[in-house]
Amino acid sequence: MQQSRSFQTSVEIDEVTGLKERSVAQRLLASQAFWVTMALVAICAVMSWVAPDAFATTDNFFNITRNFAFIGIMALGMTAVILTGGIDLSVGSLMGIVGIAAGLVLQAQFPWWLACLAGLATGVAAGAVNGFLIAYLRLSAFVVTLGMLSIARSLAIVLSQNKMIYEFGPDAEIFYWLGGGDMLGVANPVWVLVVMTLFFGFVFNFTSWGRWLYAIGGNENAARLTGVPVDRIKMQAYMVSGLTAAISALLTVSWAGSAINALGQTYELRVIASTVIGGANLMGGEGGAFGAFVGAALIEVIRNSLLMAGVDSNWQGAFVGFFIILAVLLERIRGRSRD
Amino acid sequence: MALLELKGIAKHFGAIEALRGVDMELRAGEVVGLMGDNGAGKSTLVKIIAGNFPPSHGEIAINGQAQHFHKPVDARAQGIEVVYQDLALCNNLSAAENVFLGREEKRRLGPFRLLDYGRMYERAAALFAELKSETRPRDLVKQMSGGQRQAVAIARTRLSRANFVLMDEPTAAISVRQVAEVLDLIRRLRDQGIGVALISHRMPDVFAVCDRVVVLRRGTKVADKPTRDSSPEEVTGLITGAIQHA
Repeated sequence: MQQSRSFQTSVEIDEVTGLKERSVAQRLLASQAFWVTMALVAICAVMSWVAPDAFATTDNFFNITRNFAFIGIMALGMTAVILTGGIDLSVGSLMGIVGIAAGLVLQAQFPWWLACLAGLATGVAAGAVNGFLIAYLRLSAFVVTLGMLSIARSLAIVLSQNKMIYEFGPDAEIFYWLGGGDMLGVANPVWVLVVMTLFFGFVFNFTSWGRWLYAIGGNENAARLTGVPVDRIKMQAYMVSGLTAAISALLTVSWAGSAINALGQTYELRVIASTVIGGANLMGGEGGAFGAFVGAALIEVIRNSLLMAGVDSNWQGAFVGFFIILAVLLERIRGRSRD
Repeated sequence: MALLELKGIAKHFGAIEALRGVDMELRAGEVVGLMGDNGAGKSTLVKIIAGNFPPSHGEIAINGQAQHFHKPVDARAQGIEVVYQDLALCNNLSAAENVFLGREEKRRLGPFRLLDYGRMYERAAALFAELKSETRPRDLVKQMSGGQRQAVAIARTRLSRANFVLMDEPTAAISVRQVAEVLDLIRRLRDQGIGVALISHRMPDVFAVCDRVVVLRRGTKVADKPTRDSSPEEVTGLITGAIQHA
């Protein structure tokens, strides 16, 4: 870019358009989500070639996409939190309490929409508690959400009296369809994930609220000095994370046909792993909706591929962990070449 | 002509008296150098003008109207902008996004209010051109030189057409060539009729751009005179206390 300045006046327009083109290509090559998508395509191509009868089938595609949809939806909310430089360890436990809350409402013969509303309200309320303590009382996000992880799980067990809830009342059929049904050959949770990814991508990039998440993660003090309502935005990010955990919990309970208080146990790690693999930086200020989507997809495709390849399922954790570290390593290498 | 007046500004933090009744004026189109040793009260004075905290005694007036600032936004609403020492920039955002941070340009699309990137890039480019800076609106701040970062921070103050700009040590941590760039930026602000207060430790910079120099020592103003009637030696003496008053 520096060299071309000498003939600035004569080729000004070319220079400007040239700059733009380069910056688009550069941005693509510098984006972790792009490389993860490439890896995803490569793995799918290899698996389709190696095991066309097992991997590249409509049934398997249906299963893979539905499996990662539950994680991907939560990864979107987690991305909002991680962009601000925070973390939400409570999402798995929030799934547990949301599932039980919705299940209890259904069991009490109330309509399906009231159960969904109760579930969503539970998730948002728990997120608001997290957010308030972190944003306004300035407590550590790690500790607060770790506490919520324990509290929400415990409440789920108490509320359910440690029993499975499976009598979903008069609206059971409608409720089962929400997470268990499909449209045009694609499972409903996947539709939800696709629509939410588009929506979150839009919000992150084209609204002040979205850009403020990035600003807070980049330099919280600067955001505060320039008049960004930092505390409010941070609290809202945790509420969004609670909301996505609730949506995921409702879809899972509906698909499984029962609510158990162990729902979502250890999911927080898979959700955080998805966002990190997709390019979110735990220090804040970097990441995106599409990254959360492909990160979740990559983990599920790896798990599925290992199963198809006949690898003992106990090895899955090791492979997924390997990819998490690889993703962070890749991020570091790219970061170094940029500076 | 816009005029910022400080009358008998005092500030104490518990038993510590940071400022003991300082009077000062800042006129449009004038650059005032605010000098003093560490702990002399420069930062406290700037923070009071910027609305970070109120004075214990005294009054701030703009064009004769008494002002009460409770937070930085209040001061900004009265046309006072601050370029902070650490510049308050987000490295992960573009130059234009930093300029417009907290005051984004938006357009309506049905029920939504969306960011208008086109307009923000355009306006930011115009501001950089006005400052004769080579900063490009789309570049990430992370990749910029110290001088370009200063330009972004200064462009931000031009967004609201502020009358007064306070600059806290803008030349403290940048290279010699970039210092020249920043001093040029300050001259351009002055030429546009803006009152600039330059807080600095660097004597050559103050004498290069300032019309007037104000020296603080232990919370008291010990000098306020045109730079052409003073000298670096005199100012040094005033700062250290070798010269009591001028």
